[in-house]
Amino acid sequence: MTSLNASFAALADPTRRAILSRLARGEATVMELAKPFEMTQPAISQHLKVLEEAGLIVQRVDGAKRPRRLAKAGIDAMDQWLAMLRKALEKNYDRLDEVLATMKASEETRANSKLEPTKKRKKQRTL
Amino acid sequence: MTMTMTKMTLKTEGDTHIVVTRRFAAPPEAIYRAHTDPKLIQQWLLGPEGWTMPVCINDARPGGKFRYEWVHPKQGSFHITGEFVELQPPSKIVHIERMHLPDPTPDNHVETRFDPDGTGTLMTMRMTLPDAKTRAAMLATGMENGMEASYVRLEGMI
Repeated sequence: MTSLNASFAALADPTRRAILSRLARGEATVMELAKPFEMTQPAISQHLKVLEEAGLIVQRVDGAKRPRRLAKAGIDAMDQWLAMLRKALEKNYDRLDEVLATMKASEETRANSKLEPTKKRKKQRTL
Repeated sequence: MTMTMTKMTLKTEGDTHIVVTRRFAAPPEAIYRAHTDPKLIQQWLLGPEGWTMPVCINDARPGGKFRYEWVHPKQGSFHITGEFVELQPPSKIVHIERMHLPDPTPDNHVETRFDPDGTGTLMTMRMTLPDAKTRAAMLATGMENGMEASYVRLEGMI
């Protein structure tokens, strides 16, 4: 079953992220995946199992081989959620920039109006 | 230059957290106020285009409660309730919140820090990643995490 939670957990491990980025370049067998990571095939298979259960990769049968590739749908669901969160937060903080600029402007206006009477008094005194 | 200054980062941390950072061209005191004063919160904690926050009630002290309600002309409405856990003006806000969609989502624990950064502020917000069901509901609602949580919000939520 594809679960977003499982997907996030699967991505928490650096080796699994590296496997995904390798698979992003194309299909690969367990042996091909084990090579660059200097890991045993059973260790890689364990990582592949986690990624499969999270719905992030799929395998197909090719004779005795079981090449893996990215499962587009699983990746997309997570990316979509994170992209949405990012977009909403960016909008919030862009608005906050404007609010902060307005706060600063009104503080300066207040500070100036407080200064006014003092200036006037000074002026009167000099007169 | 300005773009680099204000660029937001959003990263997952482990399998249960999201960490958001953002720089602001104002001192921590101002950012803290914008995160706790309802009149200011209503102006920016709105998520995607089209949402407004007609109700913004909070009691910004440890143990104090808050309630934020959002409406959208086409997408409906929802609200967040929560409690402030810790307030260290102007540097830290810790709160717990949940969305009501209308069923309450699991509690989201959000820690927001405001650290001086030159003449401005570096904000770091660390929140709990909602579970898959909650995320799906949020996608459907079209509003992210009020986050504050929204702001994880906003940011996060607050």
